[in-house]
Parts: sequence; C-alpha cells; structure tokens
Amino acid sequence: MATSVTTRKRAITNEQAAYWARLGPLGWLSEILKYLLLIVLAVTFMLPFIWMFSSALKDSSQVFSVPPIWIPRPALWQNFYESWTAWPFNLWLYNTVIKYAIPATVGTVVSSAIAAYGFARLEWRLRDILFAVCLATMMVPGQVTLVPLFIVFKKLGWVNTLMPLVIPSFFGGGAYNIFLLRQFFMTLPNELSDAARIDGANELGILFRIVLPLAKPALTVVALFRFMGAWNDYFGPLVYLSNDKQWTLARGLERLRGSAYEVGSSRMAYPYLMAVSSIITLPILVAFFFAQRTFIEGISLTGIKG
Amino acid sequence: MAVATRKQKISALGWRHELLGLLFTSPWSLGFLLFTLYPLVSSLYYSLTRYDLMQPPVFIGLLNYTRLPADRDFLVVLKQTLWWVGFSSPAGVISAFAMATLLNTQILGRSVYRAIFFFPSIVPQFVVAIVWQFLLNINYGAINSTLRAIGFESIPFLSNPAYAKPSLLLIHMWSQGSAMVIFLATLQDVPRSLYEAATVDGAGAFRRWWNITIPLCSPVIFFNLVMAFIGGWQTFTLPWLLTQGGPNQSTEFYALNLYRNAFSYMRMGKACALAWVLFVIVVAFTGILFKSTGRWVYYEGK
Repeated sequence: MATSVTTRKRAITNEQAAYWARLGPLGWLSEILKYLLLIVLAVTFMLPFIWMFSSALKDSSQVFSVPPIWIPRPALWQNFYESWTAWPFNLWLYNTVIKYAIPATVGTVVSSAIAAYGFARLEWRLRDILFAVCLATMMVPGQVTLVPLFIVFKKLGWVNTLMPLVIPSFFGGGAYNIFLLRQFFMTLPNELSDAARIDGANELGILFRIVLPLAKPALTVVALFRFMGAWNDYFGPLVYLSNDKQWTLARGLERLRGSAYEVGSSRMAYPYLMAVSSIITLPILVAFFFAQRTFIEGISLTGIKG
Repeated sequence: MAVATRKQKISALGWRHELLGLLFTSPWSLGFLLFTLYPLVSSLYYSLTRYDLMQPPVFIGLLNYTRLPADRDFLVVLKQTLWWVGFSSPAGVISAFAMATLLNTQILGRSVYRAIFFFPSIVPQFVVAIVWQFLLNINYGAINSTLRAIGFESIPFLSNPAYAKPSLLLIHMWSQGSAMVIFLATLQDVPRSLYEAATVDGAGAFRRWWNITIPLCSPVIFFNLVMAFIGGWQTFTLPWLLTQGGPNQSTEFYALNLYRNAFSYMRMGKACALAWVLFVIVVAFTGILFKSTGRWVYYEGK
C-alpha cells in the first residue's frame, strides 16, 4: 500500500519533470503566468471565507476599520462561544441534526434503496412505465406543488413542525436518488441474487444481505447529499417554521443577521454573525476534507448539485 | 426450448412478479401520489380560484391567468428574471468550463486548486448570502473599505439597482464548483490520441481546443446549460437573503415573487397560476434548447 503510493507520486513527479524539460522559453513564461493566474484565482475564491473567519475574531474597534483588518489583534476566540450561546443555537442545532437531517437521511436511503431495487432488479410489466413517470417528476418545479402541499400539511397540523420536511423523504427519497441507486444496482452481477434465490432467500433478504453491502459507495453518496441538503436547507424551514422553538440553523442565522442590521445594534453583532457562519460552515469543510472523493464522484456520477 | 420454459414460468408467476415489483416501488409510488400527483392536480384547481387560506377558495375561472399580461408587478418580475436567466446560465457554464480547462492542464497541486474552486458550491446558500452581504457592504465591507483606503469611491454593489444583478452574477460564478467537477471529468475523458494526431497535423492550441475539446464536451456543456437554465428560473435563496428582491425590485426574480404572493399576500390562487406559468416556460424553453442541439451538440457515433 505504502509503496504503491510512493510509486504513484514518483511517477507524477517524473511526468511533471519531463513536461518541464520539454518547455522552451515561451513555455516557461506561459507556465509562470498559469500559476500566477491559479494563485490569484484561488485567493479570490477563498476571500469570502477568509473575511468570514477573520471578522469572526474581531473586537468592536476592528470590525469597521478602513482599510480592513485581515489578521485581527487581539483575536477574540471567545466570540465563537459567546455568539453561539447568546442565542439558542444549541436548540437550533439539535432541530437541524436530530429532528431534520438524520431522520430525513435515514428515510431517503432506506426508501430509495427499496424502490431502486424494484426498478433495477425485479422483472415486471409496469416497471418501465412507472420508472419513466419517476424520471418525469424531476421536471416538475417545486413551486408547482408548494401551495397545495402547504395546505395539506396545514390541515394535518404539521406546520411549525419539521414533519413536512422529513416525512416525504420516507416515500422514495426523490427521483434523483432512486435513479442513482438504480443505475448502481444494475451494474451488480445477477448471478449473486440468483444463487441466493436458489438458497431460498427472498427478495428483501437479497436486497439487505447482498445488494446493499455491495452498494455502499452509492449509498454513501445518497446519504451525504441528503444530510447536507437538510443542513443547507433554507427554503423549507422558511415556509414551514415560524415558531423559533422549531427553527433550524438557517433560520437562526437569519435571525442573528436581523439583529445585526437593527438600528442601534451592538458593533459586536457583525463578529458574532461571522462567528456563527463559520461554525455552520465548519462541518461542511470537515466532511469535504474527509470525503472529498465521495463528493466529487457523487457529483460526476449524477450531475446533481451538492 | 429453454426459452419457452422460461416464458411459461414468467406468465404463470406473472401476477406474483407484478405484485412484488409494485410492493418494492410502493414507497415511491405512494409518495408520487401524495406529494406530486395530488398537489399537481389541486394546484391546477387552486390556480382557478381566489384563496387566502382563511376563507374557502372561490372559483374565478382563468382570471388569475388572464390578469397577468396587464399585471405591472408580473411584467417587471418577468423582465428581471429573463435578464437573470439569460446571463446567469451562460455565465455559470463559462465560469465552470474555464476553471475546469485551467485545472485540466499540467499543474502541480491540482487537487488543492480543485478543492478550493469546488468548496463554495457546497457551503449553505444562506451562509454564502450573509457572508457576501458583509463583504460587499457599502460602508465596511472588505472590498469597499479597501477601495476607500486607496482613494477610490465605494461601489454600491447591493444598494444600487444597476449593480445588484451583476453582483449576484459574480457570486453565482463563484459557486460553480459542481458544474466544474462535471466538466473536469469530461475533459479528462477526451482521448489524448486525438490531440496528438491533431498536433502532428499541425493544429495549434486554439484549433485543438475549438475542434476537439469543444465538440467532445458539447453534450455536457448542453446538459449543464439546461440545468443552469432550470435552476435560474427557480433562483430564490441568494436574492431573497441578499437583497430581498430590491433595490427597486431589481432582483425580484420569479421564485421570490411567487413566494411573496403565496405567503406574504396570501394569494394562493395567484401563486399557483404563477407556478403553472413557470412550469410551462421552463418546459417550453428546455424544449427549444433540445431542438437546437442538432446544430451544435456533437454526439459520438451519430
């Protein structure tokens, strides 16, 4: 394992060296320009995050300074704690993760896997028609169903709970995920399920004991994107949650922003706003750091937005 | 012989297969009936009514639709949205393609640059909006306080109607990481032998790019353009949180206005009519895009 990594690294270096050796003077100039462009672009891309993080550490004398301060001295690390606890962010975090993201992810993974199995590995006559209908639903803009769904959920008494955002995930988990898992299931060899059938396994057993363990990479993609979809969701909580006891982090951050823009607000409102923004961004950064391949493969696999 | 027995077996067990298939896909089909089909049908009905959630819906025929061409609010929103879709979809695709092209050259540390270019697209939009709002703030945002420190005037990025949409465009182009990743995967699939053959034939870098890269990537460019286009019509979070549709309605895009009609003005019927108009526009424009594919999208083996 360790040797193969070193060989791979050396191979890249050799290729790079050969590439550089071939360059003429003009090539070197364009090479320098290319790296210059890359570095300028990379810094520009990170600028909003650098600004967010550095502003999070500022005190009231540094926030509005001209020219702007990029490295605050002193750096107020306690801003993270103070901003988070000045508002009920722990409750909003609990709502986001425990009441929304986790149940929605579980519902999506389980129900889309079951449905995808029916579309991918069972033979029945209505299958192709229903699958076409499933794909066609991707064309329907969310706005078309927005009002009637709101009315239904209001009649059910689900407005101001997270049910409208969680429960639909248990019903198929969205056409995209069914499509993605179906494509993956179809690549698995049929011999495995046939062998299990001969041994007397039923279809549910085949799904859970044979297909799902082999489909872990695809399931990870579905789970990751669903969890992040809940973490990043703003529109759903905006429509359904008006009571701040039920809010998610998205609504909480919006409320904090509102306080920063109120007349007569404390100057520390801005550092606090940026501190909470940093805290909300951090899990995404950590997840990306550890699961970069899953993110990138997932997106190339499906073409869906993260 | 073997085929015949298999066929007989399927027809004998046909109903069982059918039932099993329906059973497995039932989570989706129930969800489809409850959360797609029923809302679609009732949305069509509500669009023919006046309904404020308090009183029962009043049937008013096509009035919600026929009033739209004379509705000044609607016409302004349509104009702003057309600008946004017209600029943001190509700008996003160009930005993503340019980044991918740059990353596809021989560079050291590609994965680091890729991570940096990609990251903005997975950060929550509500955080993006709040951070950029501070960054672009006219008084104490990083950009304007730098400009003033070196003797320039502040740029009213978000407070001047002429700048608000371009500012959103800037942020949009910054968060094209997903499309970039798709392009990068496509670019890496272009066979090297084609470039080598073209080089032997004396084609320069630009001709290789124009005659090989672009045609081979055109199906993916097309796919991304369609997705950007559909997304553009539904853009909500960024303008809602950054500019609230302002200043002077310059960023009052379709989805914002629809939301406002439904949940601020409680015009559920009008909101449903707007949603159906949106649906028709998106389907029609996507259809037109698909019709145009024959002219410029290259499909291998065709």
